[in-house]
Amino acid sequence: MPWVAGATALLILAGLYFGLFASPADYQQRDSVRIMYVHVPSAWNSMFIYLLMAVAAAIGLIWNIKVADIVAAVSAPIGASFTFITLVTGSLWGKPMWGTWWEWDARLTSELILLFLYLGYIALQSAFEDRRTAARASAVLAIVGAINVPIIYYSVQWWNTLHQPQSLGVGTSAIHPSMLLPLLLMALGFKLLYVVILLMRTRTEVLERERNAGWVQELAQELAATDKFPPDTIRSGNEYR
Amino acid sequence: MREVPGVLSALGVLIRRDLLLALRRRAQILNPLVFFVIVVTLFPLGVGPEPNLLQKLAPGVLWVAALLSAMLSLEAMFHSDFEDGALEQLLLMPQPVFVTVIAKVLAHWLLSGLPLLLLAPLLALWLHLPGDAIVVLMVTLALGTPVLSLIGAIGVALTVGLRRGGVLLSLLVLPLYIPVLIMGAGAVDSAASGLAVDAHLSIMGALLLLSLSLAPWAAGAALRISVE
Amino acid sequence: MNIAEFFHMGGYALYVWGSYGVTLVVLALNVLLARQRQRQVLHTLVRSAQRNRGRT
Repeated sequence: MPWVAGATALLILAGLYFGLFASPADYQQRDSVRIMYVHVPSAWNSMFIYLLMAVAAAIGLIWNIKVADIVAAVSAPIGASFTFITLVTGSLWGKPMWGTWWEWDARLTSELILLFLYLGYIALQSAFEDRRTAARASAVLAIVGAINVPIIYYSVQWWNTLHQPQSLGVGTSAIHPSMLLPLLLMALGFKLLYVVILLMRTRTEVLERERNAGWVQELAQELAATDKFPPDTIRSGNEYR
Repeated sequence: MREVPGVLSALGVLIRRDLLLALRRRAQILNPLVFFVIVVTLFPLGVGPEPNLLQKLAPGVLWVAALLSAMLSLEAMFHSDFEDGALEQLLLMPQPVFVTVIAKVLAHWLLSGLPLLLLAPLLALWLHLPGDAIVVLMVTLALGTPVLSLIGAIGVALTVGLRRGGVLLSLLVLPLYIPVLIMGAGAVDSAASGLAVDAHLSIMGALLLLSLSLAPWAAGAALRISVE
Repeated sequence: MNIAEFFHMGGYALYVWGSYGVTLVVLALNVLLARQRQRQVLHTLVRSAQRNRGRT
C-alpha cells in the first residue's frame, strides 16, 4: 500500500525533527522556558486541527464526501489531545512563571473552552447510531463552534483587560532567535505527527466502513494469503461446516 | 387551490400554537424560573450575607443563574413535537424552515427569557445591586436571553433525536454561551462600579444580530438532520 | 552542561519534565491507539476473508 510508505517516511521526518530539537534546547539558560517548546506548538496544533476539522466537516456536509466526514471525525480526538497537552503544560509553566497553577487569561481560557468544544463534538458523534446522521449533525456543531472560537477569544481577552490591567506577558516579548528554531521545529514536527496519525486512522476507518466493497475483500484475501495473520487454532471457521 | 399562507401568518400560527401547548404544561415553564430563584437564593446562604461581597458577586451570579435556567428550559423546545411526529410535519411546510425555528425560539423566549427579565430586578435587590446597575441588568438580559434561546435552539435541534440528550445539550451549548455571559455580567459589573457600559451593550447587540441571522439557519439544518 | 544539570533544569525539573512527560504520554497514546485500532480492523477483515476463502 502506498499509504504505508508515506506514513513511515513522515514518521521518520517527525522523529528527526524531535531529535533535532534536543540539541538547541541544551544551550538554553532559562530552563522553564523549555516548556514553551511543547506548549506553544500544541496550542497551535489544537487550533489548526479544529479549523481543519470544521472545514472537513463542512465539505462532508455540503458535498456529501465520505472521506471528508472520516477526516473530521478522526481529527477530533487528536485535536482534543493537543488541547489537553496545551492546558496541562500551560498550567505547569504557569506555576514557576506566575506563581499560580491557573490563570484566566485569554489564551488559557479559550483553550479550555476549545477543549469543551472538542469534547462536545466527540460526544455528539458517538451519541448517534447512524454514522451518516452523526457526521452531519456534528458537522453543524463544528461549523458553529468555528465561528464562535474567535468570538470567545476576543471576549475573554477584552474581559481580561478590564479585570487585570497587568499584562500576563506569556510570549509578548519578542522571541530570541535561538529559541525560535526549536520552536518551529517542534511545531512542524507536531503538525507532521498529526498528519501521520490522521492518515493512519483515516485509512483504518475507510477500510472498516467499506468492508463489503470489492477492493477491500481482495485486499483482505491478499493479506490472508500472507503469513501475517495466521488462522486461529482454537476457533477456525469450522463451527458452521 | 388555496393560497399558501405568508411567512408572517405562519409565524403567528406557530407561536400561538406553542404558547397554548405550553400553557397546558405549566410545570415546564415554572421549573426553570423556580430554579433561577433558587440558585440566586442559595448564593447568599453559601457565601455569607455581607452586602459588599454580595454586591460584587451579583452580576455574575445573576447572569450564571439566568444562563443555567435558560439551559434547563431549552429541552422543551422541540422535544414534544419530535415525540409526536409533529416536527416532521413542520419541516414539510411550504414556508422555509427558519420560520419554524424563529417561531419556536420566540415562543421559548416569551416563556423563559421574558419571565427571567421580569423576575431579575427582585432578585437583584436581594443581592444589594444598586439601582442603575439593575437597569443595565434588565437591558443585558433583554439583549442576551434571546441570544441564549437562539443559540440554544441549535443545540436542541442537534440533540432532539437522541435518547439522553440532556447532558450533551449542556455540554454543546456551554462554550457558545460564554461570550454572552462575559459581556452581560461585565456590563452589569461596570454599571455597579459606575463605569461606562456602551461597549458591552453594543457588543451584546452585535451578538444578538449575529445569532439572529445565523442561528435559525444552523438550527434548521440541524433539525433536518435530526429528523431523517 | 552536564547530565545532572540537564535533569535538574535549574530547579524546574518537576515542571519541565512533567510537561514533556505528559506530552509524550498523550501523543504516544494517540499513536498506540491508532495502531491498535488498525490491527483490530485488519484482523477482522482477514478473518472474514479466511472464512470466505473456505466457502467460495
